[in-house]
Amino acid sequence: MGALERLPPPTSLLLVAGAAGLLVGSLRSDVFAQLTVQGLALGAVYGSLALALVLVYRATRVVNFAQGELAMATTYVAYQLIKWGLSYWEAFFATLAIAFVLGTVLEVALVRPVQHRSVIAAVIVTVGLFVLIDGVVNWIWGGDFKYMQSPFGTKTYHLGGVSIARLYVGMLAVVLVSVLLVWALFRFTKLGLAMRAAALRPAESALVGVRVDRMLAIGWGLAAVLGAVAGLMAEPSQFFLDPTLMQPILVYAFAAAVLGGLESPAGAVVGGLAIGVSLNLVVQYVHPITSELQTPFAFAVLLAVLLLKPSGLLGRSEVRRV
Amino acid sequence: MTALLELEDVEARYGPVHALHGISLTVEEGSVVAVLGPNGAGKTTTLRAISGTVRRSGRIQFAGRPLGRVGPDGVARLGIAHVPEGRGTFSELTVWENLRLGAYTRRGSVEPELERVFTYFPWLSERRRQQAGTLSGGEQQMLALARAFVHRPRLLLLDEPSLGLAPVLVAELFRIVRDLNETEGLTVLVVEQNAHLALQAADAGYVLEAGRVALSGTSDQLRSDDSVRRSYLGY
Repeated sequence: MGALERLPPPTSLLLVAGAAGLLVGSLRSDVFAQLTVQGLALGAVYGSLALALVLVYRATRVVNFAQGELAMATTYVAYQLIKWGLSYWEAFFATLAIAFVLGTVLEVALVRPVQHRSVIAAVIVTVGLFVLIDGVVNWIWGGDFKYMQSPFGTKTYHLGGVSIARLYVGMLAVVLVSVLLVWALFRFTKLGLAMRAAALRPAESALVGVRVDRMLAIGWGLAAVLGAVAGLMAEPSQFFLDPTLMQPILVYAFAAAVLGGLESPAGAVVGGLAIGVSLNLVVQYVHPITSELQTPFAFAVLLAVLLLKPSGLLGRSEVRRV
Repeated sequence: MTALLELEDVEARYGPVHALHGISLTVEEGSVVAVLGPNGAGKTTTLRAISGTVRRSGRIQFAGRPLGRVGPDGVARLGIAHVPEGRGTFSELTVWENLRLGAYTRRGSVEPELERVFTYFPWLSERRRQQAGTLSGGEQQMLALARAFVHRPRLLLLDEPSLGLAPVLVAELFRIVRDLNETEGLTVLVVEQNAHLALQAADAGYVLEAGRVALSGTSDQLRSDDSVRRSYLGY
């Protein structure tokens, strides 16, 4: 994203070395290649939710613990729309629109009133929201497994000895396209510029005529859209829908966001991909760690980053001259 | 001449602290007006009361419209550009993005506006991709002025533009302000510690003391006033 040349050398070296390692491993072992592709697809989902967390954090300095549950709830909305007769992709886009509205409404109705009191108050609101959404979803749809058709079918591609499910290619493509669209919105549009300005310097933004409150609400809306994409793409990889769908993914997304640097949108996506791939490979190749230990492993990564490099991989310190 | 901005008995407070005790002042359309006074006299607060960034009461009228209930973003959309203390630079963004934000309230293409601003600040054109925070203090002050200019305001509020700048740059800055006023008809209300420079550039001025207007008049009248000479001009 043009950011690579601005990175400190150790970080870019690390990323290049990591990518090279994955490539070499994939060329030497078919299993390794399959796990890498699958890890990238899952990692893209984590990255998408991590990006949602970062957007909200940058805009309102709130860590939204309910981001995953919101994503889960919007996935249920899609499930319901499909049940009512919409095709998968009609439901997909309708859900994104509903998620946007839901995100903005939550910011305006619940977060904004307590936001100026204290950050802790806002965080407590998001924890309460977690419980609330969970309760509402269980009340409406029940806690049992729901099944949605897979948007990408069950086809598998074969490349030499490597078999790759169309599902993973589809997940990767949908998430990356969504992330790129959000990035382009921020990078190239007047609205995106105003949103960045409102997040960075609210007082100065108001002075040039930016409606700061509106920008922050739109930020929450966009985050909810990214979360909905993550939820909708996580569901087929789990093969069923239940109210705990996003709970482990929220932990991976936190790890991804912290790994990338909580302030860095690009870092969140890179962090997501890194967490996705490393979880998959570690479970396969590092023996004491089994799939039951995936979530604790992600948590360990989160802790290690916070202790060793709190600014994360791509979080940069601000450049300023006075 | 008609009054573009009128303040009548304006009060403002920060929490329990009264900063303005009833300020009245008038800015004529097309003029440059200076606000002088010692630290803590309420100069900055006067500008903040106009742009709505502080709680205020009393009557503020801009182009015939009361501003009493309008917030800062609304004030900006009515055509007032406020360059605050510390210049309001978006230091994380590029020079171009800063200028684009300046023109935020304008519709349609801003390219002609930017081309026009580059005739006043040619060096900005080459630095458009540079991160604004890496500019020097003087360059940032010029950028702030350019940003306010692409807004194409009817009224420009400038807060201490000379703060922290080398004298050569300050002179250059005031020359540009005067130039914008004469060629573009821009109305300016400038708060300034450097009374000498401010009165040179301004048509009229107000001297504030402890949140009140202590003295007002044309620049010539103020320059020849004994108390102004002693307190602010130093001769």
